[in-house]
Amino acid sequence: MEQNVIITDEVIENIGILAKINPENEMEAMKKDMEEILGFVNKLAELDTENVKPMSHIYDVFNVLREDKVVCEDKHNEMLSNAPETENGYFKVPKSI
Amino acid sequence: MELMDLTAKKAVEMIKNKEISATELVKAHISQIEKKEDILNSFISLDMENALTEAKKTDEMIGRGEDAGALAGIPIAVKDNICTEGLRTTCGSKMLESFVPSYDAEVVRRIRKAGAIIIGKTNMDEFAMGNSTETSAYGVCRNPRNTDLVPGGSSGGSCAAVASCESMLALGSDTGGSVRQPAAFCGVVGIKPTYGTVSRYGLVSYGSSLEQVGPVAKTVEDCALTLDVISGYDRKDSTSVKREYGFSDMTGQSIKGMKIAVPISSGAVVDNDICKNMEETVYKLKNAGAIVEEIEMTLDDYVVPAYYTIASAEASSNLSRFDGVKYGYRNNNYEDLHKMYKNTRTVGFGTEVKRRIMLGTFALSSGYYEDYYLRAMKVRALIAEEYKNVFDNYDVIMTPVSPVKPWNIGEGAKLPVETYKKDIFTIAANLTGMPAISVPTGLYEEGIPSAVQFMADCFKETNIIKVAHIIETV
Repeated sequence: MEQNVIITDEVIENIGILAKINPENEMEAMKKDMEEILGFVNKLAELDTENVKPMSHIYDVFNVLREDKVVCEDKHNEMLSNAPETENGYFKVPKSI
Repeated sequence: MELMDLTAKKAVEMIKNKEISATELVKAHISQIEKKEDILNSFISLDMENALTEAKKTDEMIGRGEDAGALAGIPIAVKDNICTEGLRTTCGSKMLESFVPSYDAEVVRRIRKAGAIIIGKTNMDEFAMGNSTETSAYGVCRNPRNTDLVPGGSSGGSCAAVASCESMLALGSDTGGSVRQPAAFCGVVGIKPTYGTVSRYGLVSYGSSLEQVGPVAKTVEDCALTLDVISGYDRKDSTSVKREYGFSDMTGQSIKGMKIAVPISSGAVVDNDICKNMEETVYKLKNAGAIVEEIEMTLDDYVVPAYYTIASAEASSNLSRFDGVKYGYRNNNYEDLHKMYKNTRTVGFGTEVKRRIMLGTFALSSGYYEDYYLRAMKVRALIAEEYKNVFDNYDVIMTPVSPVKPWNIGEGAKLPVETYKKDIFTIAANLTGMPAISVPTGLYEEGIPSAVQFMADCFKETNIIKVAHIIETV
């Protein structure tokens, strides 16, 4: 059955910190939506999954190796041209310490 | 016959035989765009001048007797989450309003090499999260069959462009049905290939373990032809599968003796007309010699919750790259780095994108990981096993594409869960990796397109292409 989930202020605040999102004026709506969605998702608990191997990928994951050859794919300037702010060929960010 | 009514296959032939020119063909589609685009809004960016230059080059190549490729001169529309060098790629988001990729996605490199001509970038739900193309930051897209209705989504622009003859072909991306559902709503053909068949290099990631780029066309044959061009191993995508692919020669084959399973749906309330359409399609398949049987599937109810947990978790990780540093939007209201990140993401993303990022962050966070993300991955394994077992006995599974018909713009479900539940029939193919096709079956009484979905075991595209081609022709 679909179970009730309560998202507390503390939980939503923590998610906001982790996700770097702070939807101040949407917070209450976001909480309600998440409670509704998680209540729906809790249906999965009806199934016995104890001895099931989780499927993170369709195929078995394996290493893809290639020869370590130098290929010139330098697009430094094109890439920097998409950045909101640059200086002397670097991305520029606000002061962090 | 008007140029726009040609199939891509026929048009390539005629261009190569110099019966028509690529320039003429591109011009015909541009004039259609000029007529329809104001209402439909299928495109976020158009590239018509460049398209005409490319068309001229194609005509010159043919004039010199050179091979101009399998899609020589064919106008193609590319979903705006697929990178095109020098051409803005927004993902339907304010976040990437000014993003101009410095490289082509592998699928774009392949279609260009095959001679196709990119006419523009198509409208979509923001970051491909939606099923109506109403969450685009660049305005809603309308259904060409009835402009009051949604075209479906998230590849709504690609399907609307093909259905309205603004483009002959299109590429979409399918993470949970985003090629197939809008194809059904707009009355065109859409394929989600087996996971690993088409390179994801240059597709802006949303749910990496679920998504594939897929073709949209007016006929099954054109869809298969396009799939031939975009499929194949790519070392730049570590999930790309190395094997021989070939699809277009599968059309026109008999389905006599083919075993088709029709699951009795437990998990969805399906519109009456859609049920009737299924029955009529079963009748047609039996007439064509297929063996059609009803089967029971026990995990239907778990498909949507498992999918939304996994897709949101992958989204929360993939979309962490949008931080206002390397590309796209940066909010100017900040005192330090953290506030810059937060304000950029809070203002730059739309509501549905934020909802999924937060949901995914929650599902992956300490204390909840086991109960949500891990459990969903285990249920995914159970679902994959159930489908595997069906394919031990059957060649194809047939279902509706959507439990509902296209709804009026602005009148979709209000609650997120109600919206998500509409993906019930398309999601399994993404969770399990299997290929699926949406093919039109005609029109409902009110004149909107009807469709069915065929799915097959991984790498058995040939089965669904064969059967879809039969349905299209009877």
